Amino acid sequence: MAFEGLAERLQATLKKLRGKGKVTEADVKEAMREVRLALLEADVNFKVVKDFVNRVKERAVDQEVMKSLTPGQQVIKVVNDELTQLMGGSQSKLAQSHRPPTVVMMVGLQGAGKTTTTAKLARYLQKQNHHPMLVACDVYRPAAIKQLQVLGEQLNVPVFAKGENDRPVSIAQEAVTKAKEEHCDYVLIDTAGRLHVDEELMSELADMREAVSPDEILLVVDAMTGQDAVNVAERFHRELELSGVVLTKLDGDTRGGAALSVKAVTGCPIKFVGMGEKVDALEPFHPDRMAGRILGMGDVLTLIEKA
Amino acid sequence: TKTSQSFVGKVEALVTGRRKIDEEFYEELEEILIEADVGVMTVMELVDELRSDVKERKIENPTELRPLLSEKLVALLEDKGEKADLNVNAEGLTVLMFVGVNGVGKTTTIGKMAHKFKSEGKRVLLAAGDTFRAGAIEQLEVWGERVGVDVVRHQAGSDPAAVVFDAIQAAKSREVDVLLCDTAGRLQNKVNLMKELNKIYRVVQREVPGAPHEVLLVLDATTGQNALNQAKTFKEAAGVTGIVLTKLDGTAKGGIVIAIRHELDLPVKMVGLGEKVDDLQPFDAEEFVYALFDPLLAAQDDTDK
Ligand SMILES: Nc1nc2c(ncn2[C@@H]2O[C@H](COP(=O)(O)OP(=O)(O)OP(=O)(O)O)[C@@H](O)[C@H]2O)c(=O)[nH]1
Ligand SMILES: Nc1nc2c(ncn2[C@@H]2O[C@H](COP(=O)(O)OP(=O)(O)OP(=O)(O)O)[C@@H](O)[C@H]2O)c(=O)[nH]1
Ligand SMILES: [Mg+2]
Ligand SMILES: [Mg+2]
Repeated sequence: MAFEGLAERLQATLKKLRGKGKVTEADVKEAMREVRLALLEADVNFKVVKDFVNRVKERAVDQEVMKSLTPGQQVIKVVNDELTQLMGGSQSKLAQSHRPPTVVMMVGLQGAGKTTTTAKLARYLQKQNHHPMLVACDVYRPAAIKQLQVLGEQLNVPVFAKGENDRPVSIAQEAVTKAKEEHCDYVLIDTAGRLHVDEELMSELADMREAVSPDEILLVVDAMTGQDAVNVAERFHRELELSGVVLTKLDGDTRGGAALSVKAVTGCPIKFVGMGEKVDALEPFHPDRMAGRILGMGDVLTLIEKA
Repeated sequence: TKTSQSFVGKVEALVTGRRKIDEEFYEELEEILIEADVGVMTVMELVDELRSDVKERKIENPTELRPLLSEKLVALLEDKGEKADLNVNAEGLTVLMFVGVNGVGKTTTIGKMAHKFKSEGKRVLLAAGDTFRAGAIEQLEVWGERVGVDVVRHQAGSDPAAVVFDAIQAAKSREVDVLLCDTAGRLQNKVNLMKELNKIYRVVQREVPGAPHEVLLVLDATTGQNALNQAKTFKEAAGVTGIVLTKLDGTAKGGIVIAIRHELDLPVKMVGLGEKVDDLQPFDAEEFVYALFDPLLAAQDDTDK
């Protein structure tokens, strides 16, 4: 597989640097070539890679690194730092409105994991003694309402659903009213998957946003997404002003470069990651771990020590 | 063929507008292919080959590059260009299995394909082999109703291999032409789930000689490099014979199938172009490769104007 040998390649390049004891600009350039490949293979968008590599190059070429006794270590540290920083600090909290209920909208492409994540969030909130309500606003996909209802039943959480003939916007509105009556303090709205270029369905989301003024709009992104992640994130962000991202299916063996792409174009924090199909498989996002994963280096810090 | 000529002609045009073969050109070519999710290694190989050929043959003028680039692209095309019809059993039962990671479009593709076979006058039956995901059985049932075909189902949580076994018996006794088996989405690194899939596969093999006639790996076009791992592992566990590339109606190009073809020799058979029952088409390799170059050709059009 193409992935294998990548960490080794980077290590080999950096070992060469260490051997020299002093780094020239040409050395840095060579190391950056490997970094670029690593990022591209991890599905980070090529434009994001370009910016990133330029920034790292600048920092790596500065005096501190060039004069360092362990330039290889320094370069890898710069890469890791920049990557971690770019993905933002850890921040895995949901917004909480001071006038409950807090309204959360889940949006994203088809099959990304919105419905599952909606249920996972309900579970997460339940554990913190909140009282979430699930809202079934996907009136398009066959049995989408049923799916949410089954999940709600599993969790013993109320599910607000209407038929498939009601408009998603009015379902969401009614749900918020209902939540107030029933003293639910969180309203989690599951919406239908849609393409970012589907103008009609995108404006449906904008209308919903207008109607229920959500405290949080989370873009659900499949961690296996390739180069297109930037287009998707850009469009959803432009239409809706996202407040955060959930990265799903990270229990797979994908490198997950989409995390970096999405963060770079939206600036929104990645709040949670999905680590499985079950309702409790939701975890906080760790930028440092993600950096290592994207670079294919497992634990970067141990590597720095070895380098 | 005629279309391939016209395609090559169009791609050649991309060179025509340039005064020289410079770094910028290679970079642009590389970026276009990478942006389309063509495997990074595959892209590097292609561009490097082109680069060294240019050096070797001392090509300076872009017009001289034309035949060379065409050659490479045609090779890319020809390798992938054969008509990839679905393998169906002319007499007796055809069994098709659908496998893949979570949320790629397996169930939807089955709905669409059921419709396609039905409108060809075939008797179709569906097996609700995803007993795991909430609402999965009901989802397939809605599709069954929509296109007017029966669904064999058990309860949620039951053994999927048993569902498929029953569906095969039902297909035999009802003299069905085509049985389409849904399976639960699973990530390829989940060893137990891949074993479960292998068990389903073996039940099909055992119960119907020559089956499954196709094991279709459903791939989401928005997927990046991980699709290569998916193809490799699903091929090992369930004898994948072809690919259905879904969600091509978005902006993703699904270029990773080139790397998959390159490394694993798996052809794309069908493409999904939407969520409706008619949104399924046979794969057209030329159209596909042509779409990869859309950005370059669009830029060309701009400079032409
Ligand atoms: N392994 C794994 N599977 C997940 C995860 N999140 C969701 N899934 C699976 O991904 C598939 C799609 O999830 P859904 O929640 O139905 O996705 P969706 O975005 O609601 O899909 P649409 O409503 O059709 O747009 C299902 O098979 C889920 O079980 C995750 O973190 N890990
Ligand atoms: N735009 C678009 N959406 C599609 C296409 N094919 C499927 N979908 C949508 O993608 C989502 C997931 O499709 P499913 O058929 O449920 O996928 P699956 O692979 O069966 O999912 P799991 O069983 O959960 O693993 C649904 O919202 C479908 O409507 C396609 O070609 N284009
Ligand atoms: Mg859903
Ligand atoms: Mg399914």
